[in-house]
Amino acid sequence: MITAEQKPMDEIRGMLAPYKRVLALGCGSCVAECAAGGEKETAMLASALRMAARIHDEEVLIHEKTVDRQCVKEFILPLDDMIGEYDAVLSLGCGAGVQAVSEMYQEIPIIPALNTEFLGETKDQGYWVENCLGCGDCMLYYFGGICPLARCSKQILNGPCGGSVDGRCEVNPDIPCAWQLIIDRLTRFGALHRLEEIYPPKNWARKQGSGPRKIIREDQQT
Amino acid sequence: MSTESRLKKVLDQGGFAVTAECGPPKGANAEAVLKKAELLHGKVDAVNVTDNQTAIVRMSSLAACALLKHAGLDPVLQMVVRDRNRIALQSDILGASALGIHNVLCLSGDHQRFGNQPGCVGVFDLDSIQFLQVVKGMRDEGLILGGEPLDKAPDVFIGAAANPFADPLGFRVTRLAKKIKAGADFIQTQCIYNLDRFETWLSMAVDRGLTEKAYILGGVTPLKSAGMARYMKERVSGMDIPDEIITRMEGVPKEKQREEGIRICVETITRLKELQGVRGVHIMAIEWEAAVGAIAEGAGLLPRPEIDKG
Repeated sequence: MITAEQKPMDEIRGMLAPYKRVLALGCGSCVAECAAGGEKETAMLASALRMAARIHDEEVLIHEKTVDRQCVKEFILPLDDMIGEYDAVLSLGCGAGVQAVSEMYQEIPIIPALNTEFLGETKDQGYWVENCLGCGDCMLYYFGGICPLARCSKQILNGPCGGSVDGRCEVNPDIPCAWQLIIDRLTRFGALHRLEEIYPPKNWARKQGSGPRKIIREDQQT
Repeated sequence: MSTESRLKKVLDQGGFAVTAECGPPKGANAEAVLKKAELLHGKVDAVNVTDNQTAIVRMSSLAACALLKHAGLDPVLQMVVRDRNRIALQSDILGASALGIHNVLCLSGDHQRFGNQPGCVGVFDLDSIQFLQVVKGMRDEGLILGGEPLDKAPDVFIGAAANPFADPLGFRVTRLAKKIKAGADFIQTQCIYNLDRFETWLSMAVDRGLTEKAYILGGVTPLKSAGMARYMKERVSGMDIPDEIITRMEGVPKEKQREEGIRICVETITRLKELQGVRGVHIMAIEWEAAVGAIAEGAGLLPRPEIDKG
């Protein structure tokens, strides 16, 4: 899923300063799953903003609403009836959500409340890790299901570098060396020989070669 | 101006090569480079110029190499893949060759987190092994990555680094094999303090026939103090300093520790010279270029051989 974290309160308040009527808009998908922008977090943020406004003697109206998916038009449409009441929307969606809502409502500023982080796995409660770059050309098969592009600090396709010690990365001992993991896993499968060959340079055109990426599936269009 | 690498000639002629390291200044001062050049002149066969080492902004390696070349030294251009994409890397290889710089060392580079620009993009478009392969293709086939021909191929002696002390040990030799297969003509190793581990790694390399395919230069760094030894052991990843080295440094008074550091280095080189498969030594005297001459002298590596200019 897409992970995100809430921006610092001061930054959010700074961006909202010119506005008197604000809709805090949560999203019930990824950012709810990672406890950054779901219904509960939206309520908490709205309430914290109201309290801060009171303390600073500011007259601000803050309402809250959460839609199932801010990144899908159909789920945004119900806002049509209410959006006119506000002079700004504080979106707790990911970057895609913020922009989808912006595109629908050209006249109203849509302000991001979150920093969108990465494609992550939930390791444990309150613990998410990045393990996919979304490179557009999956190589996991070759590396025993561990992505060196996302998980090696130097994105080495022919690792490990000289900084791998006791299975830890030189960048930070909290980071497991992706290459140690790859070697261990391929050893288990009896497939270590796969690493004898030299993996050629990555074709980054699949990720960033032609500007923003899109997927068009005619079979899905009606 | 010689059109070929002196380092390559020494090695091809069967000599035991000596290289040193020169870190460019944090500034635009050519004199700082030339001063270091003077200290190294006649003491070594070639001089590596580091490429923004530890991810700290310094004078470019290519520019400092050009200065060394003019001062009559044979520079080894260190290039890291951290800061440049494949376009820039290939372009700099061509530029280096045009400037008469005929040795290149292809490296990953220290991660940007350690330097003074922690907010930068880490490029890592190629990895060091892919980079070796690209340089080899440019030199031997006259082709850039993707297959377009060059009007003149670069003339470069290609080097790579190896760390016999990182993990996992068995795979270290596989990676060495990959670097050689990719194009490395010579290898410079991480600083050797743990000779036993180095010999284990080396014998594995000998067994795979790798020492016949590339020249291995053992890396050494003179310790300046017991504090430096402890720091390197604890803080520098992939650095293996046995306790007896630290105890030995601690056992001499502070003002004598530099001499002891040089003595350890000389002893290490003396042992390296005896090992099958070691074809030279790479002396990395960090901000202590003056030590290089003393170490080379002590290890019986002077004078450096005359090279047939033909």
